[in-house]
Amino acid sequence: MEELLTEYLPILIFIGIAFGLAFAIVAASLLVAPSNPDPEKTSTYECGFEAFDDTRSKFDVRFYLVAILFIIFDLEVAFLFPWAVSLSGIGIFGFWSMMIFLGVLTIGFIYEWRKGALEWE
Amino acid sequence: MTQMPNLVPAYAEIFLALSGLLLLMVGVFRKTDPVRGVARLAILAFSVAGVLVLTTNAVAVTTFSGMFAVNAFTSFAKLLVLLGGGFAVFLMLPWAKNEGIARFELPVVMVFAVLGMMMMISANDLISLYVGLELQSLSLYVLAAFHRGNLRATEAGVKYFILGALASGLLLYGSSLIYGFAGTTSFVGLASALSSAQENVGVIVGMVFVISGLAFKISAVPFHMWTPDVYEGSPTPVTAFFSVAPKIAALCLFLRILVGPFDDLMFQWRQVLIVICVASMLWGAVAAIAQSNIKRLMAYSSIGHVGYALIGLVAATPEGARGMIYYMLIYLFMNVGTFAVILSMRVKDRYVEGVNDLSGLSKTNPAIALALTVLMFSMAGIPPLAGFFGKYFVFVAAINAGLIPLAVIGVLSSVIGAYYYLRLIKIMYFDEAGEGLDKPDLSTGVVMGVCALAVVVFILVPEPMLAGADAAAAALFQG
Amino acid sequence: MIAAAIAFYVFATMAVIGGLNVIFQRNPVHSVLWLILTFFNAAGLFVILGAEFVAMILVVVYVGAVAVLFLFVVMMLDINITVIREGIHKYVWAGLLVGGVLLAELVTVFTSWVMFDDAASLSTAPTPDPNVITNTEALGNILYTDYVYLFQAAGIILLVAMIGSIVLTYRTRTGVRKQVIADQVARRPSDTLEMVKVESGKGLQ
Repeated sequence: MEELLTEYLPILIFIGIAFGLAFAIVAASLLVAPSNPDPEKTSTYECGFEAFDDTRSKFDVRFYLVAILFIIFDLEVAFLFPWAVSLSGIGIFGFWSMMIFLGVLTIGFIYEWRKGALEWE
Repeated sequence: MTQMPNLVPAYAEIFLALSGLLLLMVGVFRKTDPVRGVARLAILAFSVAGVLVLTTNAVAVTTFSGMFAVNAFTSFAKLLVLLGGGFAVFLMLPWAKNEGIARFELPVVMVFAVLGMMMMISANDLISLYVGLELQSLSLYVLAAFHRGNLRATEAGVKYFILGALASGLLLYGSSLIYGFAGTTSFVGLASALSSAQENVGVIVGMVFVISGLAFKISAVPFHMWTPDVYEGSPTPVTAFFSVAPKIAALCLFLRILVGPFDDLMFQWRQVLIVICVASMLWGAVAAIAQSNIKRLMAYSSIGHVGYALIGLVAATPEGARGMIYYMLIYLFMNVGTFAVILSMRVKDRYVEGVNDLSGLSKTNPAIALALTVLMFSMAGIPPLAGFFGKYFVFVAAINAGLIPLAVIGVLSSVIGAYYYLRLIKIMYFDEAGEGLDKPDLSTGVVMGVCALAVVVFILVPEPMLAGADAAAAALFQG
Repeated sequence: MIAAAIAFYVFATMAVIGGLNVIFQRNPVHSVLWLILTFFNAAGLFVILGAEFVAMILVVVYVGAVAVLFLFVVMMLDINITVIREGIHKYVWAGLLVGGVLLAELVTVFTSWVMFDDAASLSTAPTPDPNVITNTEALGNILYTDYVYLFQAAGIILLVAMIGSIVLTYRTRTGVRKQVIADQVARRPSDTLEMVKVESGKGLQ
């Protein structure tokens, strides 16, 4: 176990440096930069008018559809990693096992394509 | 290199999975009237799968590293589920035509739901149990919300999904506690671990979580809150499907898991199940009285019926298991028949769901009125109809297992329940006739007639129907 | 191993802080961002446990895809959390009661926890030593062969998820002019363009 964790030490150090740097930069700009806010400066500015409504607007449901289809294929890819690593050990059966899995999802892909769910109007 | 697993016991499931894929392709590539073609192919697929179940699942074996078990019990349960699925698709055909539903995904998703149920029934490991359950549930969520433009359907879908996800979470959490104790998820391993170890709080809590998750799936009180809304909001053929197939699958799984790996914790699970069982019977009987929508009424009726079927499980004897299997068989016909009646409730080309729309049906359409009368008498448990025998067998099993109070409560609640079944008959025969219903579609009429007939003739030919159930119950207690 | 212990406490604290912030943030988009931080810290915890494959999947799938999906959903619904919060005082007691019961159960379970003595002998696939064989390989060795049933079932579940999401959200719009690339590419000047010699002073027709 220790060996494994030692391999990850550089990543841990990297994360530490990244966090430290980010904090340092934010803190520096907070401390050093001049800051003189007043109500007019901080209020929303929209072409000289008061803001009409909320900044956030509703997204189209199609974004969601694309995202969920992406997740499904992302998961499929996640299954490919261990398969690729141990393909030499699991033989022809392991190979066809993955091919069937990919086949099922390819059928799903054909369905999506024919339905037009992948098109953006 | 690992050997190929023995695929023969799973032929029916493999066939159904392949036909689901094929149906999807047929639907998406077929230009004209895909719903009809796909639905017919789905019925064909269910029939072929049924034949495969009969021919390949006869002997008790396990395969896929012990994760998948077949025996006479699983075969019987799978046949019931396939029958329920086939009836539902059959009822869907005229409905889709009348409503102008042009989306072929409905039968395809039903095929995958049935596949999930068959996987649940055959599960021999907590992981394969969960995978089957999830395939089933995911398909059912989609089916519940199928009328996505409709507010009620969307509500049904969202409610079912959120509560279903919660139930799956409970089940998984319970499974993880059990796994943490025994170090294995296989039913065989669990049985040996639990029989040789002393009592353990963690395992009991885990088991109760698993029971809660499964009780949600069979909509037993107090996990029933979703049922009326989902039954009301889903398309009617889907409701017919909901009320039979998933319940049969989950009840059979319940039976397998409790008399299998958890056999040694019987003292503990029995208490929990008695509470669930009594609450379901009473609440199903009482809450249905005030309903005016017939689909909601059927929801409460199904909650009550689950309670009666659970009596057989609480008894935990071969006799009780046999009673429960009979009950599911009879319940299947009664419920499918009743939903065929609901699907023939059309006034001026519009589907209606009010109980009062049945008023005076005996004058305007005596055939439907007669069929519904037979079905309602059977549901109420009036001899010599099938429903009486269903209740009789579970009550006798309970008495022989020393659970006399449970049987008494069962009889009492079926007396209360009889009130609302008989109220429907009173509305049909003694109330002023309304506008009258349209002429039912041929296939709906056929399903209605077949089910009503099955309920009536049950007393004449019980032997062949019951022999299968006896063999199934015996197989369950062998291992 | 002091580094591992420090790393554990840092990751665990950050995960809890992140989790609390997911719940208590006013702006749902900020909640999702805190959720991403929680996922990262959970990934760190998995690495400390020696489960590196799970850690990487957490980053790839959860941070990369699920969090993005959450962002889309949050933006699609345009939730105003202050409006939702209005009724919270009515339900807070019921929530606390349920939470309290669950907590009591957890405490009971974990204080009386024992493991079955022969548990190791029952396990179907014992955890291999991470120094000998990597996580990913250990998984790959059994996932596609011993567990082929579950693997294929997972494929079917993903397929149903795909069908379901399309059935429930996709709708064909009428009156939209789609771009047909093939038509555009196949188009030649002679299909649309006609050269006409116009005599001076006459015009066309």
